[in-house]
Amino acid sequence: MQWEVGSALNIASILAVVIVIAAMLIWVERRLLGFWQDRLGPNRVGPFGLLQVVADMIKIFTKEDWIPPFADRFSFVLAPTIIMIVILFSFSVVPFAPGVGIVDSNIGVLFVLAMASLGAYSVMLGGLSSDNKYALLGSLRAAAQMVSYEVFMGISLLGVVALAGSFNLREIVVAQEGGWFVVPQFIGFIIFLIAGIAESHRLPFDIPEAEQEICAGYHTEYSGMKFGMFFVGEYLGLVLISSLITVLFFGGWQGPLLPPLVWFFIKASCFIAFFILLRAAIPRPRYDQLMSYGWLFLLPLSLINLLITGAVILLAN
Amino acid sequence: MRVPSAVSVTENLNAPVGVAVVEYLRAVFGDNILHEQVTCDRIPTLWFAREDIQHALTLVREQSFAGKRFEMLLDLTAIDERVRVNRTGQPASEFTVVYHLMSFSGNSDLRLKVPLFDDDLHLPTATVLWPNANWYEREVWDMFGIRFDGHPNLYRLVLPPTWEGHALRKEHPARATEMDPFTLDDAQTDIQQEALKFKPEEWGMKRASEDSEFMFLNLGPNHPSVHGAFRIAVQLDGEILVDAVPDIGYHHRGAEKMGERQSWHTFIPYTDRIDYLGGVMNNLPYVMAVEKMAGIEVPERVKVIRVMLSEMFRICSHLLFYGTFAQDVGQLSPIFYMFVERERIFNIIESICGARMHPGWFRIGGVAQDLPQGWERRVRELLDFMPARLDEYDSMVLNNGILKRRTQGVGVYTTQEAFDWGVTGAGLRATGYEWDMRKQRPYSGYENFEFDVPIAVNGDCYDRCAVRVEEMRQSLRIIKQCVDNMPTGDYKSSHPLTTPPRKEKTMQDIETLINHFLSVSWGPVIPPNEVSMSIEATKGINSYYLISDGNTTSYRTRIRTPSFAHLQMIPAISRGFMVSDLIAIIASIDFVMADVDR
Repeated sequence: MQWEVGSALNIASILAVVIVIAAMLIWVERRLLGFWQDRLGPNRVGPFGLLQVVADMIKIFTKEDWIPPFADRFSFVLAPTIIMIVILFSFSVVPFAPGVGIVDSNIGVLFVLAMASLGAYSVMLGGLSSDNKYALLGSLRAAAQMVSYEVFMGISLLGVVALAGSFNLREIVVAQEGGWFVVPQFIGFIIFLIAGIAESHRLPFDIPEAEQEICAGYHTEYSGMKFGMFFVGEYLGLVLISSLITVLFFGGWQGPLLPPLVWFFIKASCFIAFFILLRAAIPRPRYDQLMSYGWLFLLPLSLINLLITGAVILLAN
Repeated sequence: MRVPSAVSVTENLNAPVGVAVVEYLRAVFGDNILHEQVTCDRIPTLWFAREDIQHALTLVREQSFAGKRFEMLLDLTAIDERVRVNRTGQPASEFTVVYHLMSFSGNSDLRLKVPLFDDDLHLPTATVLWPNANWYEREVWDMFGIRFDGHPNLYRLVLPPTWEGHALRKEHPARATEMDPFTLDDAQTDIQQEALKFKPEEWGMKRASEDSEFMFLNLGPNHPSVHGAFRIAVQLDGEILVDAVPDIGYHHRGAEKMGERQSWHTFIPYTDRIDYLGGVMNNLPYVMAVEKMAGIEVPERVKVIRVMLSEMFRICSHLLFYGTFAQDVGQLSPIFYMFVERERIFNIIESICGARMHPGWFRIGGVAQDLPQGWERRVRELLDFMPARLDEYDSMVLNNGILKRRTQGVGVYTTQEAFDWGVTGAGLRATGYEWDMRKQRPYSGYENFEFDVPIAVNGDCYDRCAVRVEEMRQSLRIIKQCVDNMPTGDYKSSHPLTTPPRKEKTMQDIETLINHFLSVSWGPVIPPNEVSMSIEATKGINSYYLISDGNTTSYRTRIRTPSFAHLQMIPAISRGFMVSDLIAIIASIDFVMADVDR
């Protein structure tokens, strides 16, 4: 039984595919943005500019590994590795297809949420250890934003968990055989989507690294591969959030005709493209507006959603 | 388009208010008015002694004349008179300080001058009357070494603190080649390094309040959102701005000094680079000022060509503003779309002028060339595609909810504050005050065009943007009228001082040949006079104050730019907001650092 959940082949191929996809997304995003913004985007290196990623990687790997003398060395180096590690850990519980996955955990949803919480440390440490005012402002913003939005993220998922009767992501997918959870849990889906963008801090929620305001925010002082890890980490986060939305609300690998993995890939790609489109379309709210939007609107909404879901399940039983 | 009237529009500069204020000052000061100077721009120009100037300024500021007030200190500058030859009748003076006051309600100007001598260069400050006098006085100190008694922080403004000498004095070299070779030894390096240290006290900021220590954030001179080399020292309490002190001078090229070095004609391309987004619109006040001194009346065709190109550049500049404004509040895409439009307009400009951003295409007495064949077709293309795009941008940017929440109620100021700080252009109109140079003092034939002056009511960032967007539509209206009614005729005046002169007769009669030869080799000699010419530029009132000493070069070129005044008010309108708001405020001001530092 080679294709068994947790097999070595499984682990290796998932790790490789996920990282390659995250790296390729750099190219995909630039091309898509170019397409939507009436310009070309990278199209010089290789066919359609596909080798741009390779060129970027060569550049980023061969850059001087610079640590500013005023920075706190240990946490400065630690910060970018955290984001990579926790997101890759999160992928371990994602059920890509029947038999494709790393861990079949009974607490999959909780594990993902826990990892997301740890991810906040990366951004905070990165900003604090840099000893740079822009980075400090960025990590302050990141801390507030990520901690707040985790709350709604967690609550928004409880509806799905209640419907599926399990924290196991694989069982949640199986529970959607009769119909995707996006229908009964539409509000939960919207909240998770918003919180997901906030967690991966992409525009319009890129307040921790708002270029126009605080240069590059928490990673202002980073360069070379350490910056590359933040950068790829962001895309890994994007892939993760898209995969989770697919798993939790859109029936995971399920779909007619095509093989399960292909379905999963198609669904996740749609969300990735949607996130990129969002970036092209929407301006950035102000930090305090984002906070009050979260606490005064999303939190009550997610609580009401949970309440109604619970009531409906009780009544149905 | 109406038939052009015979009356020169600048006649009305000498409006009832101007007469009333002169009569009033005569009554108060009597013989203490040292001199009443006549200049060819017909702005009443009165000379006061140092002892009287503050009294005179206070009266002008506080009294109303014929029911109108002088709301704004438009400009404050100085003239080094030591080597000036033609100043018959003017009081003896080595350095003259010039106050240019402007009445918006009365549509009139007033110029006050104070004679000073090199061994005793000081006079009372005007910062107590007009807050915007602050930077102007610092600049005069910086450039001429004239002290203003009672000024709160009379430090150098544009030049670095370690600069030796005062650059606009006649003895100061204009080129680096006139100076000793530059060296930077260790001792010098230490001095320069020391001067770079940030000491909040020197900027008028405290390090801590009673209960907390402030964080100082250095925004610029390189920062993604400061639109050029511009620096703001931000004092933060958390993310709330306690104060934001702008620091300028990183883009200073000494344009005014160059004006005294180049011939009247060869200075034209330098003007393009003052507001580098305004292109040929920068040429306009300069050439009009020179033409006024020379007594050149340009043909109607020239006026309409100039208006058409200026309005194209207004659209280009506003498009760039529009895009960067959206980008600074985090909207990535609009700027790319707007650059496409801007590019199409530049293509049209290029087909007319041969260059894109800085054509330097206007000439003294005309324009460089006639319009090329088929120009109407290309300009009509612009009129066809542009309106639909502007509507699309409205729905993309102006109607966007997040953008509204980011910009409405942010960076608000009233009409009175705008006057106090010398704010003109869209920034003034956004406060609900309808004042446009093109309407109020039509120049270059603007009186013949039908267009509206858009205003807004709240005076916040959003309104400043909305006003500019509407101005683009009005500019399109003006361009359409230009295309529909382009007069036939010459593209150059037949006046002998027109530069370069018309060439038709050079090979046939000796007078024209000599004139042509001199005018091309030396440049035209402009008769001695003083003139100030203002236009409604892309960013506000741009004014050239030129003094001719009867030479081939200008004796003094003063460039009053709108952006300079606008930047000075950043602290006043951004206190209490957040860092993100400061970025929105900066974006909404629409400045160009070259226009600030000159």
